[in-house]
Amino acid sequence: MIVGQQKPFDEIWDMVKGFKRVLVFGCNTCVAICHAGGSKEAEILASMIRMKAKQEGVTMEVNHAGIERHCEPEFFEPLMNDVKTYDLVLSTACGVGVNFLAERIGDIQVYPGINTSFFGAVPEAGVFTELCAGCGNCILHLTGGICPIARCSKQLMNGPCGGTNNGKCEVSDTVDCGWFLIIERMKRLGTLEKLMEIQPPRNWSFGTHGGPRRVTLEHIKEFEEKEEKKG
Amino acid sequence: MKSGSNLERVILSGQPAVTAELGPPMSADPHEVIHKAKILRGFCDAANITDCQTAVVRISSIGGAVLALREGLEPVMQMTCRDRNRIAIQADLLGAAALGVKNCLCIAGDHQKFSAAGRLKGHPGAKNVYDVDTTQLVGILKKMRDEGLQEGGDKLEVPPKFFIGASWTPAADPIDWRPYNLKKKVDAGADFIQTQGIFDVEIFKSQMEKARNLGLHERTAILGGIIVPRTMMMLKYMDASVAGVSVPKPMIERMKKAKDAAGDDKKKAKELQEEEGIKITVELIHQVLEIPGIKGVHVQAIEWETAIEKIVKAAGLYPRPNIPEA
Repeated sequence: MIVGQQKPFDEIWDMVKGFKRVLVFGCNTCVAICHAGGSKEAEILASMIRMKAKQEGVTMEVNHAGIERHCEPEFFEPLMNDVKTYDLVLSTACGVGVNFLAERIGDIQVYPGINTSFFGAVPEAGVFTELCAGCGNCILHLTGGICPIARCSKQLMNGPCGGTNNGKCEVSDTVDCGWFLIIERMKRLGTLEKLMEIQPPRNWSFGTHGGPRRVTLEHIKEFEEKEEKKG
Repeated sequence: MKSGSNLERVILSGQPAVTAELGPPMSADPHEVIHKAKILRGFCDAANITDCQTAVVRISSIGGAVLALREGLEPVMQMTCRDRNRIAIQADLLGAAALGVKNCLCIAGDHQKFSAAGRLKGHPGAKNVYDVDTTQLVGILKKMRDEGLQEGGDKLEVPPKFFIGASWTPAADPIDWRPYNLKKKVDAGADFIQTQGIFDVEIFKSQMEKARNLGLHERTAILGGIIVPRTMMMLKYMDASVAGVSVPKPMIERMKKAKDAAGDDKKKAKELQEEEGIKITVELIHQVLEIPGIKGVHVQAIEWETAIEKIVKAAGLYPRPNIPEA
């Protein structure tokens, strides 16, 4: 899932204070699970903005709404006419949702209410950990299912640097050394010999270094076009 | 001869090699590098010019290396993977070779979050690069030198002839992986290795035994890293905070005794600790040089370059061999 965190309220207030009609717009998938931007968080944020506006003597109408997903058009299409009546949409979806809404909303401002942090998992309630960097060229079969790109601070490919300290990373003693985890797990799996091979310089172009990415499934596109013609 | 550097010639001669370290300043003034180069010249076979160590901006390792070269001190230019992608790295290698630099040490580089362990502001918000890692960087240098090819495959009209070095932290965890970490660097083409500072000789001996069992001592020249202790606090700090470094308690006790012997006299405490530090260093050098497979020592007197002359002389490693170019 995509993990996000609500922006500091002062930063949000600075963004919104000049607008007359504001919609705080939540997304009920990933960012709801991490308690950052679902309908519930959107509702609370809207009421915080209203309170602040009252304190500051600013006249402002602030409402909230929420939909299942901001990354597919059919989910927000039913609400679009209403959404377009606002001066500002403060989206608490991830950055994908903010971008996608901005692309479709016309000449209305869409601002981010949260910081989109990473792709992560929920090992326990209230804890979210980064496990994948979305690099576009997976090598987890070579590293015991633990990603050195997401979990090594230096994204090293051939083993740990000299900074491993009691299994922790030199960046912080609260951060596990990704390579320490990889080696310990591969030892247990009996697959350590895979690490003896030198990984050559990597092709990073499958990640953001290759420019914005797009995936097109031709067979799905063709099928949809045919169905449209039939219908 | 791969590079014809002085360091390579000394190692080939079979005599124990001595490398030192020169940290460039946070300044555009060349005089500090020139001054340090004059202090080190003649007392080591080559000196590492660090590449923004602890992720703090200083005179670049290339600039520092050329300044040292002009003073007659052979540089080992350090090259971290932290600050440059493979394009910048290879361009800088060509530039350095064109300016006469013959040794290059490949290292990952301290993470930018380090910022001199919080003593300086540094640039913790900087973007790091790590396009290639140390092992891959060693391979790039070898491919450039031996095949005359860039990493991408384009030809080099005149290849840079570097004596290729890499670092090794023998005692960091996971400790049983460390000999293989070394093996990968040697497989990639490392001609020489400088280790992280050794204080616990017993741990180093056992890691060296594993390296010998892999035959690595015959394929690369391993120089044992010696960090010159200057104060008891420094030893305590290194023991507690530096990855892969553990300082035996009796050594800390020795420095404490030296410090306490001065009573309240701070100046004397400094002198006595420095004297003891030099004694400890000389002992460590002798112990490390006795380990089978060791080809020399890398002595780091951090911000204390003047100690090198005393140490090298006391260790019986002076004068340095003078081996003419073939």
